[in-house]
Amino acid sequence: MIPLSWYLIFAAALFSVGLFGALSRRNAVAILLGIELMLNAINVNLVAFWRYGDVMVLAGQVFAVIVFAVAAAEVSVGLALVISVYRRRNTVVADELDMLKW
Amino acid sequence: MTAEQIIFLIVAGVTLASALLVVTTRNLVHAALWLVATLFGVAIIYTILNAGFIAVVQVVVYIGAIAILFIFAVMLTRRELRDNTPQLNKNWWSGALVAVLTFVGLAFLLQGWSGFSKTAAAIPSGFDAVAELGNQLVSPEAYVLPFEVASVLLLAAMVGAVYVAFTRK
Repeated sequence: MIPLSWYLIFAAALFSVGLFGALSRRNAVAILLGIELMLNAINVNLVAFWRYGDVMVLAGQVFAVIVFAVAAAEVSVGLALVISVYRRRNTVVADELDMLKW
Repeated sequence: MTAEQIIFLIVAGVTLASALLVVTTRNLVHAALWLVATLFGVAIIYTILNAGFIAVVQVVVYIGAIAILFIFAVMLTRRELRDNTPQLNKNWWSGALVAVLTFVGLAFLLQGWSGFSKTAAAIPSGFDAVAELGNQLVSPEAYVLPFEVASVLLLAAMVGAVYVAFTRK
């Protein structure tokens, strides 16, 4: 039987990898890829806590389904923004999108 | 070591390796394809956790819709993605530092928690998690309100995405 700790450590590692991607990539699409990895790590945690807690209480799985919906909404709006910005500014490099600075 | 543990370790290793490739590969089409591998590994983890419905939704929604959307976005913004320019910004080392500190901090907090090495109880016989999940998602005593709010959110996101990406003549 797999102890809960393995899932938690795995999810923490996946979250950290996604955090690194979201903080360090220049391309806006790649930043969104990092955010997807982080959302997946959260979902692994939610489902693991459902399985290792009271199996009859399905709140963990329900929350995971809601996170799926939120991830789909986030990525559709995010990529629409990236494409719209690309059309106007001809760049998707996050460092160059500084219209709100100064 | 049981067979389940060996399968978990192999799947977790492959998933983490492809996640690392997602955030380090120069070519973004390859990064999106490594994301598909990562999502598939996470779907296998859900299966090991007896959450079959979540695993199927992961494959259908994440791999079938979100990853394909990423590949479309990469192709529509192709001109900036020449593979010879650096893909990490100049402060990437501080991002790496924050990520490592997050992992160490989470691991430190978790190993001090009493339920850390808990093992799972067997699922009671006759308990159908998928049927029960379906019932609770539409039951007024359970989770129908979050479910409906999520559907309104999806509708709003769809309208917003169409509005934002629309080209005015």
